[in-house]
Amino acid sequence: MIANYGYKDGSGEYYISIDTDKCIDCAAGRACLEACPKQMFEVIADDYDDQVVWVKKPNCRTLAYDCSACKPAAGYASLPCTLACTPGAIKHSW
Amino acid sequence: MSATSIETTVETMPAKKEFWRWQENVWVDESKDWKSAKLITCGIDVGSVSSQAVLVVDGELYGFNSMRTGNNSPDSATNALQGVMDKCGMQLSDIHYVVGTGYGRVNVPFAHKAITEIACHARGANYMGGNSVRTILDMGGQDCKAIHCDEKGKVTNFLMNDKCAAGTGRGMEVISDLMQIPIAELGPRSFDIDAEPDAVSSVCVVFAKSEALGLLKAGYTKNKVIAAYCQAMAERVVSLLERIGVEEGFFITGGIAKNPGVVKRIEKLLGIKAMETKVDSQIAGALGAALFGYTLMQKQGAKAA
Repeated sequence: MIANYGYKDGSGEYYISIDTDKCIDCAAGRACLEACPKQMFEVIADDYDDQVVWVKKPNCRTLAYDCSACKPAAGYASLPCTLACTPGAIKHSW
Repeated sequence: MSATSIETTVETMPAKKEFWRWQENVWVDESKDWKSAKLITCGIDVGSVSSQAVLVVDGELYGFNSMRTGNNSPDSATNALQGVMDKCGMQLSDIHYVVGTGYGRVNVPFAHKAITEIACHARGANYMGGNSVRTILDMGGQDCKAIHCDEKGKVTNFLMNDKCAAGTGRGMEVISDLMQIPIAELGPRSFDIDAEPDAVSSVCVVFAKSEALGLLKAGYTKNKVIAAYCQAMAERVVSLLERIGVEEGFFITGGIAKNPGVVKRIEKLLGIKAMETKVDSQIAGALGAALFGYTLMQKQGAKAA
């Protein structure tokens, strides 16, 4: 399952996608949880009782601001969360 | 003017008509007898604008109640369920399993489990539209969701926008109040026009409302303004859908599915016709929740055996 967390508003579209099929048996030791400076990710049991990572509810509506510190404008060549997620489950839409 | 005469004037003023208020609905399948059922499950969908309670008897839809959510989620859940139970003489003790869903799912005091509205809408749409449903669009009161599912109604992809009123029922309520036209009439009236107008802003309901007022002043009829807003809403939700793609087997749930003005314009933009259903589209979430409850109870029974 591809789970998209985020929103679209007047300034654009901001979604973090998580491929839960790649996330369930994480080969990276859930490295994304520590890699995110804002600690936006957490492990939950989804509706099908699989242990997967999601974006915390309060962060879902503020992605543009929360993720700005990790974008190229802030000096990052790659996003810490996508680098840490070696299975390739996490993607950003912007 | 004296204080007494002011009070008298206020008391005799006619109450402001609420054009945004949609029809609440309770229904029970009177051809069925729930008392002979093996398993009765219930789904409660407490949304930001509406609440639904659905009863499923031995895996089949039996009854539902759809009403406006109040300012208290536990009370809304209780009232929604009480409405349908009163219709068929059922008590809470007759129900074997209750699943809560929607924004207020954790506040359903009598629920055994909470499941997200994403999974429940997919499951409900699968029941309502059949196992060929693959793409679901849910236009709720204050959010909009695009969902892909498989032949069993299991979610394979989803995307939700709950930050913005554009593309939601709340936006339509704003226009209904602005035009002073009952919300149920907006869709049909949007087709009573000479030519299809350009859409108003699809970015923001506040901008759309301002534009609508401007169009009225410029000489647009109310019907034409409504058509422009319906088009804006259709464009908004189509952009959401296109982010995950639209597969054949397209199904619309939520209250706005009853608005042909938006539905027909979405179909035209996508080039795909939405699947039809005889069941109230607004109950899809609660129906899916009740069906999840039924499956869980069956598994428990299989384990016990």
